[in-house]
Amino acid sequence: MDITVNGTAVAPPDDARVSLLDMLRDHLHLTGTKVGCNQGACGACTVLIDGRRVLSCLTLAAQAAGREVTTIEGLDPHPLQAAFVERDGLQCGYCTPGQICAAAAMIDEVRAGVPSYVTADLSAESVPFSRDEVRERMSGNLCRCGAHNGIVDAILEVADGSTV
Amino acid sequence: MNPVQYRRAESVEDAFPGAQWRLLGGGTNLVDLMRKGVEHPAGLLDVTGLSEEIAASDDGGLVIGAAARNSAVAAHPLVRRRYPMLARAILAGASAQIRNMATVGGNLMQRTRCAYFADAAGSRCNKRAPGSGCDAIGGFTRYHAIFGASPECVATHPSDMAVALAALDARVNVAGPGGTRTIPLAEFYRLPGDRPDLETTLGADEIIVSVAMPASPFAGASAYRKVRDRASYAFALVSVAAGVTLRDGVVDDVRIALGGVAARPWRALRAEETLRGTRPTDEAIDAAITAELASAEPLPGNEFKIELVRRTTVAVLSELRGTPA
Ligand SMILES: Cc1cc2nc3c(=O)[nH]c(=O)nc-3n(C[C@H](O)[C@H](O)[C@H](O)COP(=O)(O)OP(=O)(O)OC[C@H]3O[C@@H](n4cnc5c(N)ncnc54)[C@H](O)[C@@H]3O)c2cc1C
Ligand code: FES
Ligand code: FES
Repeated sequence: MDITVNGTAVAPPDDARVSLLDMLRDHLHLTGTKVGCNQGACGACTVLIDGRRVLSCLTLAAQAAGREVTTIEGLDPHPLQAAFVERDGLQCGYCTPGQICAAAAMIDEVRAGVPSYVTADLSAESVPFSRDEVRERMSGNLCRCGAHNGIVDAILEVADGSTV
Repeated sequence: MNPVQYRRAESVEDAFPGAQWRLLGGGTNLVDLMRKGVEHPAGLLDVTGLSEEIAASDDGGLVIGAAARNSAVAAHPLVRRRYPMLARAILAGASAQIRNMATVGGNLMQRTRCAYFADAAGSRCNKRAPGSGCDAIGGFTRYHAIFGASPECVATHPSDMAVALAALDARVNVAGPGGTRTIPLAEFYRLPGDRPDLETTLGADEIIVSVAMPASPFAGASAYRKVRDRASYAFALVSVAAGVTLRDGVVDDVRIALGGVAARPWRALRAEETLRGTRPTDEAIDAAITAELASAEPLPGNEFKIELVRRTTVAVLSELRGTPA
């Protein structure tokens, strides 16, 4: 079974140890997806599988067989990119592809009414796009440059303005 | 990492792990431990294709397939309405990305986050290498146990979800070559004793098929509160899952389970017993949790957990007593 990466079918690697992250970067040369901690703690490697955000460092490529993987290259162009630039949602830019993949999926989650730890009423069918909600929902993406305030501004701008 | 085979299980009968094989859920714990040299399976049997169904049962309870993703459980309308404590506990764990990957079976079976356990190259650990010693004892114990530890091991179980399941009297449905059986969550985890490498009562060739919860008497009047070193994306120092129902102002049913304090979710049965039949004033709640904490044995690095458990429990239950079930 092939893995579909940004619309193109590719064969999974023969070696089952290869992570989705290493396959994307080293085999397919899609280097937009970044390696941070390689242990699930930073979010730099975030990609989408069947539209849901996951960590490619803890996903074996074999697990993605038969599924659709979308990386930052596949999302480009996305309104979040311009908003990140405008709102100073980055400095060095290393965490940015992961932030944007995570944010794109997160906006869909909020629109679908998926709750978070800070959602006051878990039985409510819709959740607000508040600053607290965005901060909690983006906590899986660390930024060593500390651009978090700009990141939240950029996401709120795109989500509230419904540019997505 | 050693070479490894990979195969997807087609059915439960196809998923009994053979020697040296490991079941693979989302991989968020197992892949990490393989990379760290803690686990070296010869093969991985991917069980994410097995039941992920979340369905109401006839007795008003709920059954959750072991392959259900953590995010799917927390977002499910029945879980949010009937078991908000479980939804909140799952949402308190890890990050959205990890919850999208993690399965219910994998979450229950995840290994301790004790740093000495993970440090295969540099630390002694009786859980990882039985009989080798424990470098946590006398080491950095901020995240370690205050209940039920042994001279061999002081590690805690890291799952938030399991703490809510303990408070909800969940049962774990398992299958193996010998047939199926049901293990109450209260009997699912072992305390370390002199075999800290044996963590659960699940057999080596058995698989978790689903988790079942009876009807909950306290949907609204329940809560999960987690105290940690940063506001999100951190393991618990201490967590409290609690639910309470009152009759004529007196405690009828009460459940208190504590996370971050033992090798299993710690049902505070002594505190529950002390509270039942009393008016849940701040003083009564305090006395009840203090009775529970009388059996705690903190380490030099985690004495603060005694006060943290006490205050968090009082805060959670005093808030709940004003809430209708
Ligand atoms: C950075 C980080 C932060 C985290 N923070 C938290 C947190 O705050 N709170 C929290 O609770 N968790 C946290 N986690 C842990 C996370 O919840 C677990 O890694 C996850 O739940 C494991 O599920 P999985 O499906 O990915 O398991 P896997 O990694 O696939 O498997 C874990 C274990 O379960 C076994 N297994 C899998 N399925 C079954 C089955 N059906 N029957 C029997 N055995 C099975 C596997 O063989 C393996 O031994 C964190 C993880 C990371 C990486
Ligand atoms: S590289 Fe995957 S989470 Fe850090
Ligand atoms: S912009 Fe540098 S790490 Fe985020």
